[in-house]
Amino acid sequence: MDGSDHLAHERSKAQFDVEKMKIVWAGSLYAFQVSNRIARLVAGDPAFRKENRAVLSRRELFKNTLRKAAHAWKRITELGLSEEEASWLRFYVDELSYAYVHWGMFVPAIKGSGTEDQQNKWLPLATNMQIIGTYAQTELGHGSNVRGLETTASFDPKTDEFIIHSPTLTSSKWWPGGLGKIATHAVVYARLITDGQDHGVHGFIVQLRSLDDHLPLPGITVGDIGMKFGSGAFNSIDNGFVRFDHVHIPRNQMLMRVSQVTREGKYVHSNVPRQLVYGAMVYVRQIIVVDASIALSRAVCIAARYSAVRRQFGSENHEISGTRVETQVIDYKTQQSRLFPLLASAYAFRFIGEWLKWLYTDLTQKLEANDFSTLPEAHACTAGLKSLTTSAAADGIEECRKLCGGHGYLTSSGLPELYAVFVPACTYEGDNIVLLLQVARFLMKTISKLPSGRNYKLSGATAYMGHMEHYLIKYSCNVQKAEDWLKPNTILEAFEARAIRMCFACAQNLTKFADQSEGFSELSTDLVEAAIAHCQLIVVSKFIKKLRQNIEGNGVKQQLETLCYIYALHLIHKNSGDFLSTGCLNPKQASLANDQLRSLYAKVRPNVIALVDAFNYSDHFLGSVLGCYDGNVYPRLYEEACKDPLNDSVVADGYGEYIQPLLNQQLLNARL
Amino acid sequence: MEGVDHLAHERSKAQFDVDQMKVVWVGSRHALQVSDRIARLVASDPVLRKDDRTMMTRKELFKNTLRKAAHGWKRINELRLSEEEASWFRHYVDQPAYTDLHWGMFVPFIKGSGTEEQQKKWLPLAYKMQIIGCYAQTELGHGSNVQGLETTATFDPKTDEFVLNSPTLTSSKWWPGGLGKAATHAVAFARLITDGKDHGVNGFIVQLRNLDDHLPLPGITVGDIGMKFGNGAYNSMDNGVLRFDNVRIPRDQMLMRVAQVTREGKYVQSNVPRQLLYGTMVFVRQTIVADASTALSRAVCIATRYSAVRRQFGSENGGVETQVIDYKTQQSRLFPLLASAYAFRFVGEWLKWLYTDVTQKLQANDFSTLPEAHACTAGLKSLTTSATADAIEECRKLCGGHGYLSNSGLPELFAVYVPACTYEGDNIVLLLQVARFLMKTVSQLPSGKKPVGTTSYMGRAEHLIQCRCNVQKVEDWLKPSVILEAFEARAIRMSIACAQDLSKFSNQEEGFAELSSNLAEAAVAHCQLIVVSKFIEKLQQDIPGKGVKEQLQNLCNIYALYIIHKHLGDFLSTGSITAKQASLANDQLRSLYSKLRPNAIALVDAFNYTDHYLGSVLGRYDGDVYPNLYAEAWKDPLNESVVPDGYREYIQPLLKNQLRNARL
Ligand SMILES: Cc1cc2nc3c(=O)[nH]c(=O)nc-3n(C[C@H](O)[C@H](O)[C@H](O)COP(=O)(O)OP(=O)(O)OC[C@H]3O[C@@H](n4cnc5c(N)ncnc54)[C@H](O)[C@@H]3O)c2cc1C
Ligand SMILES: Cc1cc2nc3c(=O)[nH]c(=O)nc-3n(C[C@H](O)[C@H](O)[C@H](O)COP(=O)(O)OP(=O)(O)OC[C@H]3O[C@@H](n4cnc5c(N)ncnc54)[C@H](O)[C@@H]3O)c2cc1C
Repeated sequence: MDGSDHLAHERSKAQFDVEKMKIVWAGSLYAFQVSNRIARLVAGDPAFRKENRAVLSRRELFKNTLRKAAHAWKRITELGLSEEEASWLRFYVDELSYAYVHWGMFVPAIKGSGTEDQQNKWLPLATNMQIIGTYAQTELGHGSNVRGLETTASFDPKTDEFIIHSPTLTSSKWWPGGLGKIATHAVVYARLITDGQDHGVHGFIVQLRSLDDHLPLPGITVGDIGMKFGSGAFNSIDNGFVRFDHVHIPRNQMLMRVSQVTREGKYVHSNVPRQLVYGAMVYVRQIIVVDASIALSRAVCIAARYSAVRRQFGSENHEISGTRVETQVIDYKTQQSRLFPLLASAYAFRFIGEWLKWLYTDLTQKLEANDFSTLPEAHACTAGLKSLTTSAAADGIEECRKLCGGHGYLTSSGLPELYAVFVPACTYEGDNIVLLLQVARFLMKTISKLPSGRNYKLSGATAYMGHMEHYLIKYSCNVQKAEDWLKPNTILEAFEARAIRMCFACAQNLTKFADQSEGFSELSTDLVEAAIAHCQLIVVSKFIKKLRQNIEGNGVKQQLETLCYIYALHLIHKNSGDFLSTGCLNPKQASLANDQLRSLYAKVRPNVIALVDAFNYSDHFLGSVLGCYDGNVYPRLYEEACKDPLNDSVVADGYGEYIQPLLNQQLLNARL
Repeated sequence: MEGVDHLAHERSKAQFDVDQMKVVWVGSRHALQVSDRIARLVASDPVLRKDDRTMMTRKELFKNTLRKAAHGWKRINELRLSEEEASWFRHYVDQPAYTDLHWGMFVPFIKGSGTEEQQKKWLPLAYKMQIIGCYAQTELGHGSNVQGLETTATFDPKTDEFVLNSPTLTSSKWWPGGLGKAATHAVAFARLITDGKDHGVNGFIVQLRNLDDHLPLPGITVGDIGMKFGNGAYNSMDNGVLRFDNVRIPRDQMLMRVAQVTREGKYVQSNVPRQLLYGTMVFVRQTIVADASTALSRAVCIATRYSAVRRQFGSENGGVETQVIDYKTQQSRLFPLLASAYAFRFVGEWLKWLYTDVTQKLQANDFSTLPEAHACTAGLKSLTTSATADAIEECRKLCGGHGYLSNSGLPELFAVYVPACTYEGDNIVLLLQVARFLMKTVSQLPSGKKPVGTTSYMGRAEHLIQCRCNVQKVEDWLKPSVILEAFEARAIRMSIACAQDLSKFSNQEEGFAELSSNLAEAAVAHCQLIVVSKFIEKLQQDIPGKGVKEQLQNLCNIYALYIIHKHLGDFLSTGSITAKQASLANDQLRSLYSKLRPNAIALVDAFNYTDHYLGSVLGRYDGDVYPNLYAEAWKDPLNESVVPDGYREYIQPLLKNQLRNARL
């Protein structure tokens, strides 16, 4: 390329210290340095190129992914990378493989549910990759309802073994990543049966393939479940199915941290509390929230840069140094009102992810001290935020694609694949609607416990519910002019009032039902909306909290403030039905919020490119012709087009058979 | 497996005559018979199978598409299909190909913009497919702003020719379907230049490839622009890039219906009014609205059937688990989409009528309704395509994990559909055009000029500004007049609020730009009103068939009340309804869902889609989902060998800790 920076002018307009913002985004100077170093390492390694991914056939793609995973592991061991560095490296390789499930699910499951003995035996094998593990929970017939799994693990006291069996077609394990073609072992969830009695679902370590020739062990039928959404994307991983035909495993391969089966076949609980298992769920979902901020920020980065490069219309009244130029599409207010809230959301989700990480640490410490008091709240909180952020990020990525007009539809824009690879996050680790219903259940329980009429102390993210009385009776929003919407407390109160009033209305409607569970299901749509209101409040409040910290760097805090207001006010606008119908705002105040939003967009506009630069994404990681750092979009688009296999020959394959006879009116006799 | 209908029980619950509903859905008994016959013809033809599409490489897929297009043309000729039958045939082949642009854009454009002589010369060639045409407007640098195109067509009086040139990289034609590899000709749009003067953008017929060996003609650089969203999907189409290096074409290949260049190089307008060209645009966008209802109904059909098959939770009290379609959250996500599919169907039908009406008026030199018709189709194109794209994705999510598999059909349906939000006018750009028209209409109200067509409610502005919704109990929301007035009040109040804010700006253009987000919202409100009102109008017709009308009434109410719930902020902030009334609407919505529930499967059966056309394991007519998911999985290329390709190089050495010395 020509080496010049087509976005230099945009960058020069920034009113804050980008380098400092990069640190805020990464979390710490240390985190910034490590991730930056590893990102360059990956980007500079030709073995990790990924631009041809979309044109590969499934087999080629899969083989290529195996190569990258092996190469990654080789580099990790050669360079002696730390665990942290290794996980950054896998992250920047940015191609899903068995390694993600092995490190992200198999190893944590053994850590979380295995006894010390089991950990001593299996973890060294796993961390040296002498075995490759997957996490086999979902079945063809059951995903959300884990308790409904059908696979059985029957204890055979004669041989001191469990017999793993798939009694029906729908009991086939279905979806686990890495299972289809690669994993040698799996944590398999199955109904434990001893002496004819069903003890519910437990985890078992099962070897699937021979370590010598990789063939499935006797009694195991295993394969890939087929193509998934998009090109590239999740097709690089072998989500698989497996069926067990009376497969025997030793008794000590049941994960026995919280309950055990004795040599005699007795089922006993250990003194480790069951709740500990929920800790692992909080951990995984917190990671998904962080992923959501990353996926969304990538999309926003691409759309923001391209919107500054793309010009369309408006040359009638626009001149730069004597020549007429068209308007950058980023200057259209409709473009801003679609794009900037997504930019703000990326930052909001980043900080909520950070907070969840803290929450998880806090929770773990408490659990270890046998304090389970905050668990239900933490659990509801992560479930709700997982749902909220993944839904918003998925929609946001697709909106970013549309913001790029026609060119966003090309794979070389990077956005189609980004969407396809991210969107299942709305489904796995808990379907987003099912999760919101869990949150709603928790909220209704919380409310039902509130002693009526008195203020009551509650902890964590539901603390505001202690002010029920205030919000139901006394509260009224005091915004009178647009600037009033720049007060954090005003915003916070409005969100708290709305959440409480929606929850309270649901609780009241519920009391009208004789049968509570019938009421809950009848009102579930309203309950879901109340849960969303609660979760949005959490995101807003944690963003505001973040701003109360000391944040270094010229102008950095001001930018974050602007983003925080944009995030909050755009939610008010988008959900104004909630705010108005609960009487938290009047129409005038809603309209003032909208006016304020417009001026906030104008305020953030000169900083937008710098704000996406602060994500510090390499062109390799972004993988987008439209989002490249230097903004030199058009020559790159052209170059990429030339690489398509269809352009290998001037005349298309198939011309002789299918076009020539058609044009020459000789089709009738042709054999097609 | 043979013969079992897992959904028989669902079907037996229907409270209406499904066959009559099929007639309503396609529009007439004749249309049902034709489409049904052709659908079966296509479904039973092994050449036209498509279940292997997502596994093909780009080259294989493209060749396969060429094959299907040729085979389709062969069958059409062999069977001497009528034009109507042929277009159903292409529809059911269901794989984007150069033929879409040839028949959908190239031919209509020559009809619309060519002189009679030009039509006589080119149309027979095109009808017989002795030439293959594409529509080359968009360039690398310009899509929405057609006036900004850079390609030039300069008249050379010496040779009586136009010289086409691509002066910059950004002037390369970019996106036209069929251009990359298949088309022999194009209607290319370029700035007409005579004697150094720029006359703006005009259309030209340009030959691209040699009819003997298909090689690009001298001066023409042409190719494919690369992979697009998804696998399968639009990758069967060769959207292309094209550059001209002093390419000469005879003068009579400029499309000269409304403007001409004479032998001497003089640019003259013909006596045919320019507005006629808008007719083509109305035509194309009206077909896009019809396509929206088709795509949406396919997705809804899949999600509805699968939701009735899928069971999850609820067996605690013994017995089988709950069908997920019985969860209220599932219903409140799915049923409004089912209602939208029907709503879009009827608004599409109405647009077809509008197009005929406009054409007749134009031919009689009556241009009075054109701006309104133009705004109306632009707005409805935007509204229905955006809603459909989102809805397909929602249907996919409604299927849980299995919706993410290609064989659910939904990923490809989404990928192939979603560019409809962008082509033929970016949806936001279109809404802004509608808003501009609305502001003009509002500004003319005081002059007493009567708004026409879909804006005629604006003539009752005075009433609508101050009227109060008189809903007092849940049942009041079932009155069409109540619903209609609420939508009218909201729409006009939003438009008038925008107009008032606009008047505060000294520079109108600046005001319009500043307020454009609000304006786009006002435009949406106007378009939603149109959809609701046309649905209500449809119900005023005589509709035969037991229970058919009742079902449609139910769907109409669901559509309207769902929009109210979704856009509650609009209705409340404009004071069109109160918070209490909103909550009643919501209660009503819940009972409407219960009413719809037993009819859901029959209502999607009424779309009359074959399993071939649906292309979804989850949406199979017989509901036999699980064995077929399992069988499909085995067909993946990865399952061709037990141990995968690459095991020896990349897995074995890793497990054996021998990676260090391996060459990767
Ligand atoms: C890409 C991908 C990777 C995956 N990887 C793994 C893996 O490694 N290991 C593994 O074990 N699994 C994996 N899964 C499976 C995943 O965890 C499940 O798909 C997920 O839990 C959703 O369950 P489901 O598919 O059964 O959805 P369903 O529960 O069938 O959902 C269908 C619909 O029913 C609704 N619904 C269900 N129950 C209720 C209710 N009680 N109330 C209201 N509505 C309800 C849902 O909202 C949804 O709309 C993966 C899935 C995907 C897509
Ligand atoms: C699958 C596909 C098939 C196609 N087939 C053809 C074909 O056969 N022939 C052909 O000629 N073309 C074709 N096109 C091109 C298509 O018509 C254009 O992509 C479309 O017109 C959008 O223009 P654009 O890409 O320039 O978007 P842009 O105008 O670049 O849009 C980028 C962003 O800017 C915003 N924006 C632009 N102008 C304004 C404004 N004035 N006010 C506010 N916001 C604005 C848009 O809303 C959008 O968010 C095809 C495109 C696709 C994706």
